[in-house]
Amino acid sequence: MSEPIVSVRNLVVEFPLRRGLFTAVNGVSFDIMPGEILGVVGESGAGKSMTGSAIIGLIDRPGRIASGEVYLSGQRIDNLPPDEMAKLRGKRIGMVFQDPLTSLNPLYTIGEQLIETIRRHLPMNEAQARQRAIDLLAEAGIPSPETRIDSYPHQFSGGMRQRVVIALALSAEPDLIIADEPTSALDVSVQAQIIRVLKQLCESRGAAVMLVTHDMGVIAETATRMIVMNKGKIVETGSVGDIIKRPQEEYTINLINSIPSIKDETRRHDVPPAATPLVQVKNLTRDFDLSPGMLDRMLKGSKRTVVKAVQDVSFNIRKGSTYGLVGESGSGKSTCARMLVGLIKPTNGQVLLEGDDIWAGGSGTQQRRQRVQMIFQDPYASLNPRWRVGDIIAEPMRALKLVANKREAEERVADLLEKVRLDPISMRKFPHEFSGGQRQRIAIARALSSQPEFIVCDEPTSALDVSVQAQVLDLMRSLQDEYGLTYLLISHNLAVVRQMADDVGVMSKGVLVEQGQVDDIFDNPQAEYTQMLLNAVPDISKVN
Amino acid sequence: MTTQPNLAPPAAAKPRSRLYRMWDSDIFFSFRRSPVTIVAAIVAVLLIGAALLAPWIAPYNPFDPSSLNLMDGFTPPNSQSMMGNYFLMGSDHQGRDVFSTILYGSRVSLFVGVLATAFAMLIGISLGLTAGYVGGKTDAVIMRVADIQLSFPAILIALLIFGIARGIIPPSKQENMALWVLIIAIGLSNWAQFARTVRGATMVERQKDYVSAARIMGVHPLFILVRHVLPNVMAPVLVIATIGLALAIIEEATLSFLGVGVPPTQPSLGTLIRIGQQFLFSGEWWILFFPAITLILLALAVNLLGDWLRDALNPRLR
Repeated sequence: MSEPIVSVRNLVVEFPLRRGLFTAVNGVSFDIMPGEILGVVGESGAGKSMTGSAIIGLIDRPGRIASGEVYLSGQRIDNLPPDEMAKLRGKRIGMVFQDPLTSLNPLYTIGEQLIETIRRHLPMNEAQARQRAIDLLAEAGIPSPETRIDSYPHQFSGGMRQRVVIALALSAEPDLIIADEPTSALDVSVQAQIIRVLKQLCESRGAAVMLVTHDMGVIAETATRMIVMNKGKIVETGSVGDIIKRPQEEYTINLINSIPSIKDETRRHDVPPAATPLVQVKNLTRDFDLSPGMLDRMLKGSKRTVVKAVQDVSFNIRKGSTYGLVGESGSGKSTCARMLVGLIKPTNGQVLLEGDDIWAGGSGTQQRRQRVQMIFQDPYASLNPRWRVGDIIAEPMRALKLVANKREAEERVADLLEKVRLDPISMRKFPHEFSGGQRQRIAIARALSSQPEFIVCDEPTSALDVSVQAQVLDLMRSLQDEYGLTYLLISHNLAVVRQMADDVGVMSKGVLVEQGQVDDIFDNPQAEYTQMLLNAVPDISKVN
Repeated sequence: MTTQPNLAPPAAAKPRSRLYRMWDSDIFFSFRRSPVTIVAAIVAVLLIGAALLAPWIAPYNPFDPSSLNLMDGFTPPNSQSMMGNYFLMGSDHQGRDVFSTILYGSRVSLFVGVLATAFAMLIGISLGLTAGYVGGKTDAVIMRVADIQLSFPAILIALLIFGIARGIIPPSKQENMALWVLIIAIGLSNWAQFARTVRGATMVERQKDYVSAARIMGVHPLFILVRHVLPNVMAPVLVIATIGLALAIIEEATLSFLGVGVPPTQPSLGTLIRIGQQFLFSGEWWILFFPAITLILLALAVNLLGDWLRDALNPRLR
C-alpha cells in the first residue's frame, strides 16, 4: 500500500463572528490515495467547500484553521507561511472551480494563461511550454488544440472552458486536484463529458482528486470512495457503492432516499388519458430581435439578427395532470413558460385556456390572471425582501380584488400558510427570516392564493438541497390532489420530471423534439436527442 | 455558505424593544466601531440642533434692527464692546453678534439644503424609476437629458435658473420668492445623480422574479414601481442624498457668496462669508472665520456620515 497523497487530520475551521464562533469544519479526517477520486457530498453549508479551501490555504478572512493537520505526501502544509503555500498551489495542488467563466482571465488567450502557469512551475522555455499546453488541451478533450490555443476564453462554450480550466489545473503535474462543484454550472450532456475527462486524467496520471459536489449522481459515476458531510462533520465514509446501496447513518439514509432517480417508477395519480385539455399550446413561436441599433444598420450595413428562441411548439396539458418540459439551457423552455403566463408576448401561435386565447386581450387576459400562476426558480428573488410574508401571499387576492377586506385576506393567508405546512404566525415575518425551502413554500402559497387551476413551475426545486427538494415536490403533489391543479413543470432535472409528470415534452434549441407519456419517453426514447440526454444524466442508479 | 451559521441560540430569548433591536443591528454595530463616524454624527447633531433651536439659544436677535447698535461694531471675539455687551465670537461691522448670525445663518443654509435635496430626489427618483422600468426610447430621452445636465457645472445651471426666475418674477415679490427660487435652482442642478443611480438599480430589480410575479397577477405598473421597486432601490439613494445634502449646502453658500442667493435680510452662511471677506484684510478676521469654519464642519460631518452609510449599506464591503 502506497502512502496517501493527502491526509487531513482532525481539521477544524472556525469563523469568529459578531455573535460567537461559527465552526464551519469540525474535526474532519480523511486520506486520498494516488489515482483515487474521493467524492465529498453534503448539502449547502455542510462545510465541504470549506474543507477544500482549508487544504489549499485559501480560507476567507476572518476564518482560520483552529486545529488539525494537513499533510501533502507526508509533508505538513497547513502551517506553512503564505508565500510557501502559494508555491504549492498550482504546482502540487491543482484547482477546478464551479464557474469556468470567472476562473479564466478574459483579457488573455488561454495559451498565454497556460504557458505562464507552466513556466512558473516547470523549467521550460516558451516553445516547450507551448507544446506542453497544446498536449494538455488535447488531453482535456479540446479539438484541434493547435489553433484553439490562441483563442480567448469567451470564444469557448461553458463545457470547453471548463476543460481549459482542467488543463490549467493539470499544467504543473500536480499530485492533488481539488475540484469544487466542477460540473454544477453545466448542462448534463456537457457534464458527462467533463466527468469522463476528469476520470481519465486521474487514471492516466495517478493524481488524487478531491471532488466536492452536492450531486450524488456525479459522485456515483466518478468517485471510488466518498465521504458524506453534514454541519461541518463527517457523517459517513466508505466506498461509493456501499454508501449508496447500504447507507448506515440515518442522515445518509434520508439523503439517499430523497434523491429522485430517472429509473424510479413512482406513483402518479391516474388522469384519464381522454381528459379534456385545460391548456392548449398551438404553434407557439417567439423570436428575439438582437439586431444592432437602427443607426448601425443604416451606416455600417449591419444585418438584422433574429434568434428563434421557440419555434412552432404545440402541446396539450390535460386537466389535473402535470406536463413536464425538459431540455438543456437555451432550449427555450423558460421562454415557453413566460409566454404561457403572459410575461412575454408570442411572435406567433396561441395559448388557449379552455378555448380562450390568453393573448387576445379582454376576457382572456382577465381569465389568465386569475387562473394561471407561476412558481419561480430562485426563492430569494421571487419574494420582495421588503414585504411581510402576509402581504406577499395576499398580493394576488388584492390585485384581483378577490377579498372584501383585510380580515378576510388575513384569514385566507393563515389558511394558505397551513396548507403549505408553515406556521400562520409566519405572516408577520420578512422573507429573509426563512430558509430556501420555506421561502419556496411561501411562493407556492402566493401562487395558490388566487385559487388558480394552472400553475407554471419553472425549475421550482433546482435552487434547493435534495432533502428540501423532496419536501417541496411532495407538497406540490398533495396540493395537486387536493385542488385538482394542473402543472407545467419545467426542469433540467430529468429525475424530478420522471417523478412528477404524467406527460413530458423534450425541447432542444427551441424545438419540441419529442413528447408523450412519461414512461414511454423515459423507457423507450425515440428521438436521438432524448436518448443522448437520458444516457448523460449522472444517476445514483448507475453506481457500479 | 448560504445557510445560517449554527450558533448557540441567544441566551435571552425574550423579545427586546424595537429601539434595542435597532441599536443591535449590523448598521449600528458598524457605527459604533467607527470613531470618525461617531464624531461626525455628534458634530452634525450639535450643528443641526443649534440651528433648529436658534431663536432660543442665540444671545441676540441679529435681525432686529432696534437691538443693534453701531457702537458695538468690530468687537473682537470673547470680549465686551464699549457698550458693555459681551460677544463670544465677536461682532461684525453693524454690531451684530457673529455667533447669533451663524446660528440663524445655518438655519437658512440647512433649510435650503434639505429642501433642495428633497426636490432633487423627487425629480431624480421619479425620472430614474420611469427610465429604468419602461426602458427603450423613454429611457434614452431621460438619460440623455441627464447627461447634458451633468456636462454643465451644477453652479452654472443654478445661476441660469436663478437668472431666468429673476426675469419672470415681478420685482416686488423677488424678495419673498428668492429662497424658493434658490431651492428650485439647486434642486434642478442635482437631480441627475439620483436619476442615474435609481435607473441602474431599477433595471436590476425589474428583472427579479417578484416583479414578474406581480406582473402575472396584473398589478398596475405604477403600483409595482412604488410599492415593489422603490423600497428596494432606496439604499443607494439615501447614500447620495447625504452627500448631496452637503453639496447643496455648499452650492447655496457659493450662490450666496456670489450675491445671487438668499436676500441680505435672511443671511445664510454663504452671505456671512461674503460679508466677512470684506474685512479680512483689515484685521477683523473673526467675521469671516467663524461662519467659514461652521460651513466646513457642517459639510464635512454630513459627508463623513454619507461615506459611512455607503460602506455600511454596501454588502460587498462587509
